[in-house]
Amino acid sequence: MSKGLIGKKLGMTSIFTTDGQFVPVTVIQAGPCVVTQIKTEANDGYNALQLGFGEKKVAKTSLPQQGHFKKSGGNCYGFLREVAVEDPEQFSVGQSLGPDLFKVGELVDVVGSTKGRGFSGVMKRHKFGGGRATHGGKCHRIPGSIGTSAWPSKVAKGKKMPGRYGVDRKTIHNLEVIDVRPEDNLILVKGAVPGHTEALVMIQKLKFAKN
Amino acid sequence: MEAIRQLELEQMRMDLPDFLPGDTVRVHVKIKEGDKERIQVFQGVVISKRKGGIGSSFTVRKVSYGVGVERVFPFHSPIIDHVEIVTRGRVRRAKIYYLRKLRGKAARIREKRFN
Repeated sequence: MSKGLIGKKLGMTSIFTTDGQFVPVTVIQAGPCVVTQIKTEANDGYNALQLGFGEKKVAKTSLPQQGHFKKSGGNCYGFLREVAVEDPEQFSVGQSLGPDLFKVGELVDVVGSTKGRGFSGVMKRHKFGGGRATHGGKCHRIPGSIGTSAWPSKVAKGKKMPGRYGVDRKTIHNLEVIDVRPEDNLILVKGAVPGHTEALVMIQKLKFAKN
Repeated sequence: MEAIRQLELEQMRMDLPDFLPGDTVRVHVKIKEGDKERIQVFQGVVISKRKGGIGSSFTVRKVSYGVGVERVFPFHSPIIDHVEIVTRGRVRRAKIYYLRKLRGKAARIREKRFN
């Protein structure tokens, strides 16, 4: 069985469960993911599926890639990702996978890139407290002292400072699957997932199973 | 975006009557006790309606044994069996929170007249 799918985050909403609970959900369009290549232990040293997701114009695809996609039916895909698989013999190149891989109530991990914040200060980037806003405080959002004086007369390595923040690969573990709609290729998971809307995410089987 | 709108539309309750702040309503709420289900009625004045698609809600206020009780209902919640409108009230604002400070005769709301 494939251990994951590629999806597109469509946005968030809330849903009423049958017992009247109002649950926040993220709607992910997970599929159709087409198997473009099968990697096997004998050939590549590990077992995996290469999945293609998202349409791409043939004219925009490079010739080497077009040749690669020809093996799986000729359609070109914008994104290619590998997912682990235990038994690659069950799959065939060109096969389409959908969200019915996951069941309602199952826990999943979702991987994505966080929103880009650009060059950010320490309050946003490292959750520093900042200085006093009133009563004559003049250091509102600055980091304050970054070290001591004559000894060691240098700044400690790894000191938290302003800098580029966001666009990090983040995994959110143990999100509950609230609903699966194979006819629309939709999967609804409880809570938030990394990234902006339309962002590419990976939905995976649990890496660390909950006891 | 279209998929999300479709998801929300599926859940929305189109069967509830169009009541407004100032109206007195009877909200029939389903309550689960074990495996049995019964219906409880909460009657009071609608003091606010919050619009927000699937997240819409309304607040009903009543005075029970001299104590003001307010309950916020999600508008599209499946626990609401149905809503009856008892009277239509004439008020001049959308949120009639001033009712909380009024007691007795002052807390009455004039009934709407349809000519």
